[in-house]
Amino acid sequence: MIQIRNARKWYAEEVKIGPLNIEIPKAGITALIGPNGAGKSTTLLMIGRLLNIDEGQILVANMDVTTTKSRDLAKMLTILRQENHFVTRLTVRQLVGFGRFPHSQGRLTREDEEIISKYIDFLELTDLEHRFLDELSGGQRQRAYVAMVLCQETEYVLLDEPLNNLDIARAVQMMEHLRRAANEFGRTIVVVLHDINFAAKYADRICAMKHGQIAAFGTVQDIMKPELLSDIFETKIEIIEGPYGPIAVY
Amino acid sequence: MSVLDSGHGTAKPEADAGPRVRSGRRCTGAFRSAKEARRYWMLLAALVALGIIASLGLLLYNNPVPVDSPSFIPVVKRRLTAVVSMFIAALCHSFATVAFQSVTSNRIITPSLLGYEALYSVINTSTLYFFGATVFVRFIGTGSFLLQMALMIAVSLILYGWLLTGKYGNLHLMLLVGIIIGTGLNSVSGFMRRLLAPSEFDLLQSRLIGSVTNAKPEYFPIAIPIVAAAVFLLYAFSRKLNVLALGKDAATTFGVKYQASILYALVLVAVLMSVSTSLIGPLTFFGFLVAMLSYQAAQTYDHRYVFPMAFAIGYAILTGAYFILYHMLNSATVVSVVIELIGGILFLTVLLRKRSL
Repeated sequence: MIQIRNARKWYAEEVKIGPLNIEIPKAGITALIGPNGAGKSTTLLMIGRLLNIDEGQILVANMDVTTTKSRDLAKMLTILRQENHFVTRLTVRQLVGFGRFPHSQGRLTREDEEIISKYIDFLELTDLEHRFLDELSGGQRQRAYVAMVLCQETEYVLLDEPLNNLDIARAVQMMEHLRRAANEFGRTIVVVLHDINFAAKYADRICAMKHGQIAAFGTVQDIMKPELLSDIFETKIEIIEGPYGPIAVY
Repeated sequence: MSVLDSGHGTAKPEADAGPRVRSGRRCTGAFRSAKEARRYWMLLAALVALGIIASLGLLLYNNPVPVDSPSFIPVVKRRLTAVVSMFIAALCHSFATVAFQSVTSNRIITPSLLGYEALYSVINTSTLYFFGATVFVRFIGTGSFLLQMALMIAVSLILYGWLLTGKYGNLHLMLLVGIIIGTGLNSVSGFMRRLLAPSEFDLLQSRLIGSVTNAKPEYFPIAIPIVAAAVFLLYAFSRKLNVLALGKDAATTFGVKYQASILYALVLVAVLMSVSTSLIGPLTFFGFLVAMLSYQAAQTYDHRYVFPMAFAIGYAILTGAYFILYHMLNSATVVSVVIELIGGILFLTVLLRKRSL
């Protein structure tokens, strides 16, 4: 369980995030949605200890993210940002292998190698595993990064807009992979999404944010309401029943 | 090979992915393939051989006394000083630059940016300016060497301590401040130099251009253990450096204490740069040249392999350049000028064609 208690972040006098109070239960996919500047990424980065919390407390599996040893936290929680600085002369397999760093400190065991192979296969990168990262397309590179964080085998996986810059096919494929990671490996995935319909189809829970506050948190059915979404996005949004569940039309 | 059974969600295309032969276990080496690993070791062996040949050439070639003469060995011993200082300089610059570039996740900067060389030039210029030529000429020896080294390490520690920890905690801010301090110090020494008499300026100039002839054998008992320790610690830090090169966020995600780790690496870099600069003087682009070539030659991200390659390249370049210029072109003093020229041109080329980084 991820518990956020009165967490705040001040960027400037007018730009404040929080106080946030939320308990994200274990297992399944939780989608963070909301307009630009609502504080989705900030919240995710604070949970993933990549951004300092100015006030309040965040617990992941009862470990305080600010006081727990980074090395112990790295076995419980991982986070992938939108842009990643990538090193040249690094192959897909070597990149995914970095996911084992918290466990083996860079000395890969036979067991580590099997786990690396497992996630490379899981994200369908088997034939690309010896390619350098700069020889991949954007979608393939994104899959490699996701393989890297899954390879860390942490209970909690945080992803900041993993669908950014992916076309429809690549985006659907990515969400299918995440869904399977949640189902088959029992991971708790928290993901920032821009497309409400992707959230509606693949997530178990949706957390909607607006003006640095949590506007609503609940199951897909609870959140996919025309009044609620129209209010959050300040645009007229209708909900129709589609073949795969509710669809937002705007 | 796949641990997962198919039949879930999306189809798995790897079954028909072609007859890619994968004999035995799949594993994650530092190199892409066995062929690249072989190429690495062959290149490394060739560079080491080149370095050894050039050093033997420097020691033995064109010896004015015959081999059987009793004064043959003293001549070799005197030449050995230069070779040892080349060894130290190559070690310092290669390790310091590669580590510095990885820690800053930036391959177009060199640790010289932090103002070691500017500080060295200020120390020397101000000695001459304030105390005159007699003191300046005597301002060599273990005392002055230790003083310069200690000052440079102290300044970088203050810089790191101030800007890397606490409320700033920002690497780029530190680099920027380092560059500005360096430029400031350079202008100060430039100003003092302008007021010197031509004869004094000539004395100074020889010390401000990096040269192995600046080194004195009595510095070695201090310099060698310090360099050996710093190099050993940096090499032992290789696996962490691999992660740090991925950037702050990735390193934190993998449980590396980012601030503490970069501080540790930068202190070692400061030690190496200070020893090298106080030993032979400034070599701004040498480290950059070596690091750039070693990435191309090593074809791996892994510091355990990049470091030895960088050192082998650095040593081969230094000894090779000295041998050619000294024994074939009879102009020993311009070695560092030539190295800086080539390094500077390469720096500009890389900067303008950043894609090939």
